[in-house]
Amino acid sequence: MEKTVNQKAWFLILPVLILVAFSAVIPLMTVVNYSVQDTFGNNQFFWAGLEWFEELLHSERLHDALGRQIIFSLIILAIEVPLGIFIALNMPKKGFWASLCLVLMSLPLLIPWNVVGTIWQIFGRVDIGLLGYTLDKLGIAYNYTQDSFAAWVTVIVMDVWHWTSLVALLAYAGLQSIPDAYYQAAKIDQASRWKVFRFIELPKMQGVLMIAILLRFMDSFMIYTEPFVVTGGGPGNSTTFLSIDLVKMALGQFDLGPAAAFSIMYYLVILLISYVFYTVMTNLDKRDGV
Amino acid sequence: MAHSGNKPRVNTSAIVMTLYLVFLLLPIYWLLNMSLKTNEEILSVFSIWPRNLTFANYATILTDASWYMGYVNSLIYVVMNTVISLLVALPAAYAFSRYSFMGDKHLFFWLLTNRMAPPAVFALPFFQLYSSVGLFDTHIAVALAHCLFNVPLAVWILEGFMRGVPKEIDETAYIDGYSFPRFFIKIFTPLIASGIGVAAFFCFMFSWVELLLSRTLTSVEAKPIAAAMTRTVSASGLDWGVLAAAGVLTIVPGALVIYFVRNYIAKGFALGRV
Repeated sequence: MEKTVNQKAWFLILPVLILVAFSAVIPLMTVVNYSVQDTFGNNQFFWAGLEWFEELLHSERLHDALGRQIIFSLIILAIEVPLGIFIALNMPKKGFWASLCLVLMSLPLLIPWNVVGTIWQIFGRVDIGLLGYTLDKLGIAYNYTQDSFAAWVTVIVMDVWHWTSLVALLAYAGLQSIPDAYYQAAKIDQASRWKVFRFIELPKMQGVLMIAILLRFMDSFMIYTEPFVVTGGGPGNSTTFLSIDLVKMALGQFDLGPAAAFSIMYYLVILLISYVFYTVMTNLDKRDGV
Repeated sequence: MAHSGNKPRVNTSAIVMTLYLVFLLLPIYWLLNMSLKTNEEILSVFSIWPRNLTFANYATILTDASWYMGYVNSLIYVVMNTVISLLVALPAAYAFSRYSFMGDKHLFFWLLTNRMAPPAVFALPFFQLYSSVGLFDTHIAVALAHCLFNVPLAVWILEGFMRGVPKEIDETAYIDGYSFPRFFIKIFTPLIASGIGVAAFFCFMFSWVELLLSRTLTSVEAKPIAAAMTRTVSASGLDWGVLAAAGVLTIVPGALVIYFVRNYIAKGFALGRV
């Protein structure tokens, strides 16, 4: 749609600007402020320049947390995106069953994140949880509080449980928008199931899949509550992701300077990757809009 | 040929969906199962369904103010947040969908960056900001803090829905002598009612599920249910039954909301961009 140039539109944006400035810019400036200062308590601050940033860039703790975070996000995307598409392809198209599937699938998305953690904490326990108990009876050694591999598996399965529906619902919305004529044409051409998927469904889902990947990347990169409740970042540090580490540093140890520097770098990494996704997404939008 | 080829595929779809739904519902069932047992039964025997059905855990929550006020507090700030987010997002989304102006694209991306900000980054500065203006431990503090990610999201969703409304409608209304506020409320808002519903659903959802900020910004008066639960885990020696019952009760509002928006849910998750 052609948009008219109208500078007065700024007035319509003003409320959002004021609100977001209050709840984002002011706190962010506080963070920037802390990141370049040092304190010895008593509210006395000293200029520290880029010291914290330098220290963090060489800190093994941050490197490890970042590495774990990247691996985690990649595994999440590699499982949830194909699985979500697969589920969407198998969903009923309309009627009662479609509504039922939609409602049941959305259920995990609406559960508070710490309750998601609690559910899996209970579910995985060897003594009282169905999953842990069953695995234990099958003779599989499984203890997510002591074995870091089991902890990783638990956290990943939990995230798949929690968020695959989001990808599936997005892909489903994309599939619903494909006109029947496309399928009929494919039938006339005797296209195989795979070809229908590859040349009709996948291109039509591209836009929504980008949203799905963007959302899943952002949220898995910021994950805090669920693994914190289930494993508390342990055993050892094996499931300490960036946010968990940051909260430990900022609210636990009250190391304001390093925590602030950490926050800024963390934010910048997310921004950078999201910007790439966003640019690709808007370009796709434009191409489809023509 | 086509029919014999089709039949088994329908069945595999049903099997796939059944397996997936079982995978989704099993952990929730287990929570429900535990909430209906006594603590002795939870810890002594391993049973797939409650042997001695008891509602004592729910009774504990519904009669103890420190428990049920958690739900009330959560609902208060979630509703406040949804209302605030929608009120400011509606005009902004309209501006983004209809006009181009200086810096519009950058502004839109900047708004989205707030959705990308890790709450962990904001926890400490929020705590200091709201303490210094005297809003610490109030519902409005949590509601405003959640605007950080809900306002950008609401703008994004509403903009998607508004783009689908032809501009000719606006122009005709102006020619007919409608002023902007009257046009917006009388004509435009009903047209994007489903979009507003979806945006409200998402604001509700993300505010309801968030814990880190709401826990950091409250202590007693506005303590959300999620925080009440974590405290019990550490303090009272793991009362599994009550914990499970509290968990089940947090699922109820979400399930109700889903039921109301079920027909728009798929489109909503695509943020109006299908």
